[in-house]
Amino acid sequence: MSYDLTLRIWRGDANGGDFREYVVQAEEGQVVLDVVHRAQATVANDLAVRWNCKAGKCGSCSAEVNGYPRLMCMTRLSIFQPGETITITPLRTFPVIRDLVTDVSFNYERARQVPAFTPTAEQPRAPFTMFQPDVERSQEFRKCIECWLCQDTCHVIRDHEENKPAFAGPRFFIRYAELDMHPNDSLDRKKFVQDEQGLGYCNITKCCTDVCPEHIKITDNAIIPMKERVVDTKYDPIVRFLGRRKGTKA
Amino acid sequence: MPAEETFEHHDYDVVVIGAGGAGLRAAVAAHESGARTALICRSLLGKAHTVMAEGGIAAALGNLWPEDNWQVHFRDTMRGGKLLNHWRMAELHAKEAPERVYELEQWGALFDRTPAGKISQRDFGGHRYARLAHVGDRTGLEMIRALQQRAVSSGIDVFMELTVTDLLKDGDRVAGALAYWRESGRFVVFQAPAVVLATGGIGKSWKVTSNSWECTGDGHALALRAGATLLNMEFVQFHPTGMVWPLSVRGLLVTESVRGDGGVLRNSENKRFMFDYIPEFFKAETADNIEEADRWYEDKHNRRPPELLPRDEVARAINAEIKAGRGSPHGGVFLDIASRRTPEFIQRRLPSMYHQFKELADVDITKEPMEIGPTCHYAMGGVEVDPDTQASLVPGLYAAGEVAGGMHGANRLGGNSLSDLIVFGKRAGEYAAAYAKGLGAQRPRVNAADVSRAAEDALAPFGAGTAQENPYALHQELQETMQDLVGIIREEGEMRQALEKIASLQQRARNLSVEGNRSFNPGWHLALDLRNMLLVSQSVATAALERQESRGGHTRNDYPTTDPFWGKQNVVLALTGEAGQGPTTLAVKRQALPEPPPELAALLEDAH
Repeated sequence: MSYDLTLRIWRGDANGGDFREYVVQAEEGQVVLDVVHRAQATVANDLAVRWNCKAGKCGSCSAEVNGYPRLMCMTRLSIFQPGETITITPLRTFPVIRDLVTDVSFNYERARQVPAFTPTAEQPRAPFTMFQPDVERSQEFRKCIECWLCQDTCHVIRDHEENKPAFAGPRFFIRYAELDMHPNDSLDRKKFVQDEQGLGYCNITKCCTDVCPEHIKITDNAIIPMKERVVDTKYDPIVRFLGRRKGTKA
Repeated sequence: MPAEETFEHHDYDVVVIGAGGAGLRAAVAAHESGARTALICRSLLGKAHTVMAEGGIAAALGNLWPEDNWQVHFRDTMRGGKLLNHWRMAELHAKEAPERVYELEQWGALFDRTPAGKISQRDFGGHRYARLAHVGDRTGLEMIRALQQRAVSSGIDVFMELTVTDLLKDGDRVAGALAYWRESGRFVVFQAPAVVLATGGIGKSWKVTSNSWECTGDGHALALRAGATLLNMEFVQFHPTGMVWPLSVRGLLVTESVRGDGGVLRNSENKRFMFDYIPEFFKAETADNIEEADRWYEDKHNRRPPELLPRDEVARAINAEIKAGRGSPHGGVFLDIASRRTPEFIQRRLPSMYHQFKELADVDITKEPMEIGPTCHYAMGGVEVDPDTQASLVPGLYAAGEVAGGMHGANRLGGNSLSDLIVFGKRAGEYAAAYAKGLGAQRPRVNAADVSRAAEDALAPFGAGTAQENPYALHQELQETMQDLVGIIREEGEMRQALEKIASLQQRARNLSVEGNRSFNPGWHLALDLRNMLLVSQSVATAALERQESRGGHTRNDYPTTDPFWGKQNVVLALTGEAGQGPTTLAVKRQALPEPPPELAALLEDAH
């Protein structure tokens, strides 16, 4: 069953832009990305949009749908009221390149700063002996598809460009948590996360967890434990006095 | 435009095109060999089609079944490929896959574990033992992240959202490539004596496909245009289980792990129909009754359930059931794991399938069966390469992963793709680096006239004449043509019709016209991709017409059985004419399949 749907899409570039309305044909069971593609194929051939897998696995088609950060490929049209106009805007936290495509290079620069996984002296070469309950905590964070929705919604950098140089954002806090909880990693990145990546800026409002399409409990399972570990390292009088054994995991 | 434009210019030893599993592994290998290496990807880093791989990486680690070893893996791969694989590639793959998997762990990958703390392995079609290292059903994501993080921490230069339009040559040798930034549309010239193609698949030329927009066969087309050859392009794998409903997700992959973990196929009469489709070739190793099939999951001394026959067999069986009127309401069949495993088991082993069906189809797979049908998934054919070095016939041009041919023969086993990427990605990167180093001062140079010509070709859609064509409409026509005429079941008349249609689309593609400017313009991007899709589609139809038998991912109504003559033949294609106003023509050649040495041939005789 097909019907007419009104899309209101932001079109423009770094110099500015505006909303344009498109009426497109929609079908039962479709997602927002389907109707964006429909608009592209029929009435707006040069509409810029990123997408790849259309299955919620690659994290490319991130945008704000009626103001809420979402993957367009996983947003069913059935969640909207019949006749409702759907408004689509680019991620607000990152500079616009064109239309729905933003410059997300901030994230790739942050990725370069992560000190890589470094095996322990006890098990320097794979295959490693590691047990399922021990790898599971990090596995949760490795589900991340790097859609940058958590980065987009995070109020520390959303509308606060000035915080970007000091703050890596939720995606990278789960990356640091993942490495910290890896059963066979030897590096201690806690001071680095706190001092260089801005973990302290986060005041655990959990907006990142709310928008995560992979349902990763970013705040509860990664950021809060990392904050606790940082505090332990900083203020534990015994650790301060005796020093910390390399390779010890909190 | 190109006359006034100053092109950005880069000089490297090795340029790797494509940043999926093969490209990333090749770039890491080239970099570690000391080559100045560039990695080019059309999307953002980490979005390549490899992320969609679900089930696992096949490698005979022997963690669950100590009886498993490279010889059994080699044998399973060759038999799954209907013995048309290049034996040497299958041998290298089976021998080197375990070490490559451990390397991922060394770089931070976290695979699911056995109770003893080793990498866990799961069952898949065509593999005698549980062999696939996995992470739930998101193994591809784990693999791409481990490789991506390794590449980034090594400091390799990554060019994101850059598309290569042409390879550049100096005489017979590769000299570099021309590319454009998707963001700005501005051109970039790479000068490099060695280029590794790692561009992946071709599925975007079909209507029902599991492939993303990137799978336009760019590497296949670039290779042909540069003078390399393509091998066995007729073999296209239709994965048996793609989603069929809602239409929006038609073709989206449903992992084979569902069957590996106990799921079965049923028709509208609730019958487990796969028992009716066990071919002679696999009779000795396939259970012919439900009781034995169900015992196999726990005890490998039983024969395998027929749901875990190689993909080509299962896809044909599903196709036949649907045609016989025993399909599901939306034109598929039922894949049922709900009645066979507990909800907890299903959610733990198949989390992303649970998620996918729940969110996109309102189906709870722990409670009800899925509706599935075949979907275009994988190209077994590809660039003809040397099995050890991955070198094509053009000096300096290498290919690895799905874009390379030979490894999988007529049909690829599930799980063998991810292992293929890392085994041959590494080899391609190392040999490309060694080749570049060995040239010394005798390095090929990019020719300025070639650059201008390639840039003009790329900009043609902006200055089209009167008979204007819309790239989106043309793409849709191509997809319908390939789906209807060069699909799972083929015959001569339809393929001739397809070739005529493709030729006319190629003519019309000269008049493609795009609106807007060069900044992130998807209409223009598609217009350029179409040139490659048309050439690759022509290659598939041409090779499929040539091979007069049915084998693996190539089924002919008019030649319904395998033929021993064709079992010894490769079909090889070369480009003989393109550009200008004339038709695009391909030369077809039959070429003898290399024979395995006796000690490897003996392994293939073992029926069980």
